[in-house]
Amino acid sequence: MSRQIEFVQGNVACAKAALYAGLEFFAGYPITPSSEIAEYMAKRLPQNGGKFLQMEDEIASICAIIGASLTGRKVMTATSGPGFSLMQEALGYAVMTEIPCVIANVQRGGPSTGLPTHVSQGDVNQARYGTHGEHAIVALTASTAQDIFTLTVDAFNFAETYRTPVILLLDETTGHLRERLEVPAADGIATVGRLKTTVSQGVDYHPYLPREDGRLPMSDFGGAHRYNVTGLFHDMWGFPTENPKIVYGLIRHLVDKIDHNADQMARWKEYYIDDAPTLLVSYGAAARSALHLVENRRKRGEKLGLLELQTLWPFPHELVREKCCHAQSIVVVEMNMGQVLQQVKLAVRQPEKAFLANRIDGELITPTDIQNIIHVIQGKGV
Amino acid sequence: MPKNKPKVKEHRIERDWCKGCGICVHFCPKNVLDLDNEKKVMAARPEDCICCRLCQFRCPDLAIEVVCED
Amino acid sequence: MSVRDYLRERFFPHMWCPGCGHGTVLNALLRAVEKLGLDKSEIVMVSGIGCSARISGYVDFHTMHTIHGRALAFATGIKMSRPELSVLVPMGDGDALAIGGNHFLHAARRNIDLTAIIMNNRIYGMTGGQFSPLTGYGCFGTTAPYGSVDHSFDLVELSTSAGASFVARSTTYHVIELAGIIEKAIAHRGFSVVEVMSQCPTNFGRRNQAGSAVEMLETYRKQTVPLDSEAAQTSPEKIRRGVFVEKKRPEYTEAYEEMIRSATGES
Repeated sequence: MSRQIEFVQGNVACAKAALYAGLEFFAGYPITPSSEIAEYMAKRLPQNGGKFLQMEDEIASICAIIGASLTGRKVMTATSGPGFSLMQEALGYAVMTEIPCVIANVQRGGPSTGLPTHVSQGDVNQARYGTHGEHAIVALTASTAQDIFTLTVDAFNFAETYRTPVILLLDETTGHLRERLEVPAADGIATVGRLKTTVSQGVDYHPYLPREDGRLPMSDFGGAHRYNVTGLFHDMWGFPTENPKIVYGLIRHLVDKIDHNADQMARWKEYYIDDAPTLLVSYGAAARSALHLVENRRKRGEKLGLLELQTLWPFPHELVREKCCHAQSIVVVEMNMGQVLQQVKLAVRQPEKAFLANRIDGELITPTDIQNIIHVIQGKGV
Repeated sequence: MPKNKPKVKEHRIERDWCKGCGICVHFCPKNVLDLDNEKKVMAARPEDCICCRLCQFRCPDLAIEVVCED
Repeated sequence: MSVRDYLRERFFPHMWCPGCGHGTVLNALLRAVEKLGLDKSEIVMVSGIGCSARISGYVDFHTMHTIHGRALAFATGIKMSRPELSVLVPMGDGDALAIGGNHFLHAARRNIDLTAIIMNNRIYGMTGGQFSPLTGYGCFGTTAPYGSVDHSFDLVELSTSAGASFVARSTTYHVIELAGIIEKAIAHRGFSVVEVMSQCPTNFGRRNQAGSAVEMLETYRKQTVPLDSEAAQTSPEKIRRGVFVEKKRPEYTEAYEEMIRSATGES
């Protein structure tokens, strides 16, 4: 069988992966640097019998996909920082009502309109904390078109498995960079379908009663079972309640179903970490420069390693602790003021040994930038 | 022969649902209804009812049903 | 089926205040559904936030209580995904026209087959009586203690110019007319808007010397006239009721299916 090799932007790799994962419904609003995803969907989805909607804003976009998902579709929207800000309330609604959906945020410089065509990784904490109230969230990232493809399929799989919104944190560089993508064979990556209830029509169905394994089988809205969905705290039938026991139970369920499965959702790559006294921790576009530096220095005998994170939330604290345990110094390479550094410091045994190598000026951090910072950390000067 | 006027069988009232707003009492064209001393609707003069059902249709509490003979 | 068969009776008495018009809207809506002979499982109700939005909890349809102002956007996703379902979207005046104003305009522009029922009580009731986009110049609310200097939308004109293919207005006094209009609106293929003037004696009435629920209904009786009546000609200051727009325009989900056929080369 011939392999399918393509030369595509990361945004297109993301769009192709979404269709591979079974996407049927997309709604979005144009925004740089994510618009290529919507453009691809506008062309391809109707050809597959799917639906693409350009809505009046990002709020409407996420609301429309949540509605469509509830009726049994795999759904997605794509945006960038300003649009992601607008989506936060509805994101919380999807968390509360446990409706699967995937939201790609192709990050650009911020705050506000910021740097529409320049790279940033400033939305890591927004992905986790942007919506109000206590909850857990899943956010994934990747540094190459190939990995964007894989992680996008993972995003859909996690959304279905855990009945949760999943955020794909891409960035302007990886989104717009064109490179090689080998599209996996149709059965190359397993895809998770919707878990549907086996309760037959006419029998009392509890849309919000988790099974023993914590999963909640769904019934396509508008189908066999009539039930209620609300963003208010609700009982197992989906009706509003203020009963403290039920409120407590629901919050615990929303948090635990993600946190207790953090291991299943942890995705990462590692390069030369076993013997590296200096270990870089990075993700997304920044990890490309980090990897370049590591490979370059290795050729010269310098023991540098890289841990590339792909699951940012739930943050894999134990994984990071374990992978960093032999390093003398840990350098977190990212394009913000240290949003992942904060988590790495919480994870490792000696947080004083974790340092930041960053750029926040809209330019991609370079291997030289990282090298210079390592020299400073090592007391060698610039 | 003119058709017989519809005759009421019963005013079915959900006392627990009635909040005593008095809309049905005020707008009844035949003055059939009253509020009792607990401010709940009651059919005080059912024999005057012409089965127009306006009380049933206007009731914001869905608390009255006028049951008529056919 | 009787109207009560469509209710989730276990949640009654409902949470609305004594004399609130919203219960009357529920009453008329259920009679319309009964008249159309719709099965409970064919109907989806999507609501937003506010007193009006609580209507979705009381009906035994597929019900979704969403976030403030966005009900039409959620409903658009549902309708696009399952065009065979009847999708009803009850909203309040603030829900539909302040926070949700943009979604309202665009749903009308697309002419997607949703039935928007706007329960216009001219106030934010659930939050305690703040003025809304339909409160009206000179009227009072907790956030308009000296009388509002904001002018109202005319919902009928707004919907018409935005492209809704069915536009009507009635009141909670005119209950037979109201049920008939809602029935027509649900049956209509396209975006239907029904403005229902619905009294809020607690929060609008009290602050605007509008009297009790009974007196507010008397006002609806006296201050409104049927659209095509002689009174509408002789008393232009009165509010007109009836069906203002009922026309055929390409419906969005049908147009989309047509586009899919052309994209897949089936047409």
